[in-house]
Amino acid sequence: MFLESAHASTISLPQAATYAARVDHLHDFLWWMSLFFLALVTFGMIYLVKKYHHSQKGRETAYILDNHKLEIFWTLASLVLMFFIFAWGYRDYLWVRHVPDNALEINVIGRQWMWNFEYSNGRKTLNELYVPKDRHVKLIMTSEDVSHGFFVPDFRLKQDVVPGMYSYISFEPILLGEHPIYCTQFCGTGHSDMLGKIFILEPADYEKWLTTGKVSGVAKVAASGNTAPAETKPLAQQGAELVNSKGCFACHSTDGTPKIGPSFKGAYGRQEEMSDGLKLTVDENYIRESMMEPQKKIVKGFPPSMPTFKGLLSDQEMNAIIAYIKSLKY
Amino acid sequence: MTDHTAHHSDVSYLKDGKGLKSWLLTLDHKRIGIMYLWTVMFFFTVAGFLAIALRIEHWGPTRTIMGADTYNKVFTLHGAIMIFMFIIPGIPGALANFFLPLMIGAKDVAFPRLNLASDYVFMVGALMALGAIIFGNSADTGWTFYTPYSIRSGSSVALVVMSVFVMGFSSIFTGLNFIATIHKMRAPGMTFYRMPMFVWATYATSILQVLATPVIGITMFLLMTERVFHVGIFDPKLGGDPVLMQHFFWFYSHPAVYIMILPAMGIISELIPVFSRKPLFGYTAIAYSSIAIAAISFLVWGHHMFVSGQSDFSNFLFSLLTVLVAVPTAIKVFSWIATMYKGSIRLEVPMLYALTFIFLFVIGGLTGLFLAALSIDIHLHDTYFVVAHFHYVMMGGSVMAFLGGIHFWWPKMFGRMYNRSVANVAWFFVFVGFNLIFMPQFWMGSHGMPRRYYNYPPQFTLAHQLSTIGSWVVAIGFFLHFGSLIWAVFYGEEVTDKNPWGAKTLDWTTETPPITHNFHEQPIVTTFPYDYKSEKV
Repeated sequence: MFLESAHASTISLPQAATYAARVDHLHDFLWWMSLFFLALVTFGMIYLVKKYHHSQKGRETAYILDNHKLEIFWTLASLVLMFFIFAWGYRDYLWVRHVPDNALEINVIGRQWMWNFEYSNGRKTLNELYVPKDRHVKLIMTSEDVSHGFFVPDFRLKQDVVPGMYSYISFEPILLGEHPIYCTQFCGTGHSDMLGKIFILEPADYEKWLTTGKVSGVAKVAASGNTAPAETKPLAQQGAELVNSKGCFACHSTDGTPKIGPSFKGAYGRQEEMSDGLKLTVDENYIRESMMEPQKKIVKGFPPSMPTFKGLLSDQEMNAIIAYIKSLKY
Repeated sequence: MTDHTAHHSDVSYLKDGKGLKSWLLTLDHKRIGIMYLWTVMFFFTVAGFLAIALRIEHWGPTRTIMGADTYNKVFTLHGAIMIFMFIIPGIPGALANFFLPLMIGAKDVAFPRLNLASDYVFMVGALMALGAIIFGNSADTGWTFYTPYSIRSGSSVALVVMSVFVMGFSSIFTGLNFIATIHKMRAPGMTFYRMPMFVWATYATSILQVLATPVIGITMFLLMTERVFHVGIFDPKLGGDPVLMQHFFWFYSHPAVYIMILPAMGIISELIPVFSRKPLFGYTAIAYSSIAIAAISFLVWGHHMFVSGQSDFSNFLFSLLTVLVAVPTAIKVFSWIATMYKGSIRLEVPMLYALTFIFLFVIGGLTGLFLAALSIDIHLHDTYFVVAHFHYVMMGGSVMAFLGGIHFWWPKMFGRMYNRSVANVAWFFVFVGFNLIFMPQFWMGSHGMPRRYYNYPPQFTLAHQLSTIGSWVVAIGFFLHFGSLIWAVFYGEEVTDKNPWGAKTLDWTTETPPITHNFHEQPIVTTFPYDYKSEKV
């Protein structure tokens, strides 16, 4: 049971994203290394107990206080081994945290006890995430209530989904079919029922699903009444309408001219200096914070006159506005 | 003063005063230690029953014996009671309280009244928690009390959190007392480098208790304030930061892991030389490694939060610092094993537990490397792998050392010997059962089984059932152990020998059981504590 394996790995789960093989590789190494050291310690102890048992007569016990050479050796050896393990883990971590610019972005909102997904064209799904094979995907995640954890064992990936902020996860799916999503941050009564599925589709099937809400091929089983074909207004367009109706254009332009506040044009991804000298790159979290707590970080040269929209915008509406600002590139 | 001493000179601490009052108002560190001992063993049993209930619930993938909300409360209580009412006060409160003054040749701890106060504060905190369970609505947040769930939960979180706050003071009192005792009350000739390793370990633990515990106190206080007055520290709806609470929590609770394991390591360092008839190998290295572990333990809390959304740079630092903890730990393990080389080994019950500790703790430590490596932690975080890992460290480590320790010192504490055959059989059940519970959990975790799951995916049923059977096997072992130990207190073979194991530390130069003032005359120390000269076997 413990060593049953589909791909000669110590984790016998499908490797459904490119990251999985990397995790499994280090996991294999650590598994065998651990087994080696455990065997060394265990058989060492058994050997010593047998050889130096008090029933083994006719000898003298030794008087040994220490052995500096030996101690320095095992200290340095374990130090080197530790750095090696750290470096290996960190390398793969950095690799998976890097998101290519052309990644497909999908918004995720966790709430007790379900997963909501929203695509840039406005399509929404519940507990079912559809992604195209071989294309980098970035999930931009937040929660409406308490913290949740987004875990896909077949991807070997996990990220907490925290209310009041965005976290992200990115992956390149490679294995067609259905893969489970679990919630891993304890969130109350229905925590263990907060399950979802990821369907990895051929790119053509994905495009078809995205426009029609209908799936074919491997994921046919998944064609439930979940998708809402009526609501297919693109996310950025929903955002534009919101920005208009909330009166944002009074202070923010879309053509690059600064008004009372900075222009939306090209704002996303821009390096800005704040009034207190802090430098930051405008990302989802900064835009969100500027809507919720506008006085916290103000771009240098602008007055602190933006009102808060706390309680006036839902997480979905914020996602739409952010999608709109992102669409206003140079 | 002389009259006073003469009066007590030949009276065992057990016979010096009769009746409940003589115990409840005692200032004798030994009696306070015994009161702690029974208390923590009681809480261990309570939390153990909760664990068995959890395991039974997991016999099948859906409901077996309880509903989801009950399950959530039961696992919260299992964790909170085991941590705050058994492991943290366990070895320091019971065994160090009793043996630290004896080991350094002192009459008592530096502040006997503070010592009694710490016991009472602990009881008050524990009663508050019991009150929340019996009269209130318990808590269902997990022992970690993560916000914002702990702010919204309808259960009696505030009362449970308050009890943790109160029990924290008990821990601080004990730590302060031991630091003062170690600095000021050592017998003439006992330099720091002649202190038994259990004293070193208790010293390192005490530093952690004094420095880290206030942080959990403050955190619990802020959490209560947030729940009751909605001030917006942790609640994102009010502009608070829920992840901040995780930082505060682990800033205490990671050092707390070492409050739990360092005294256990100290016990192992006592046991192995005694039963190998050899000086402890690498005394200085082991002593410094305790201090190093205590120091590094303050800088690794973020490894509990690799997927919390903290920055990549934080993850880099915390992963790097975390792997460093493995080095002093490895030094200890290698040194213990080297101590046995060319000794004369007796597999008495305490030694059996010392070796069991090493075996299980090495598994706990090695699996810790999986979790310290960033890329793998992303997969294993919050799964059963973590559950198995910390049970190997906490139960396979601290509890095994605790069992080794009480079997080692029981004849000294009560002047009676337990039945060794029963203890050996009990060991077998504990050892086999423990591995049967937690080995399958490593497999489950690496295959995606999340922790704190009431319902679970059906592919894990067999592994869960093995684990559940293991819990019954362990339960049999503990019933045998505790039954045999309690039986020994009343009917065990009487021990009058001061030093039945042939140990070299000062605690074994006292009467069995020790007299109220510990020593007839002030002991004078001329050698280091493990001076087992070469001898013919």
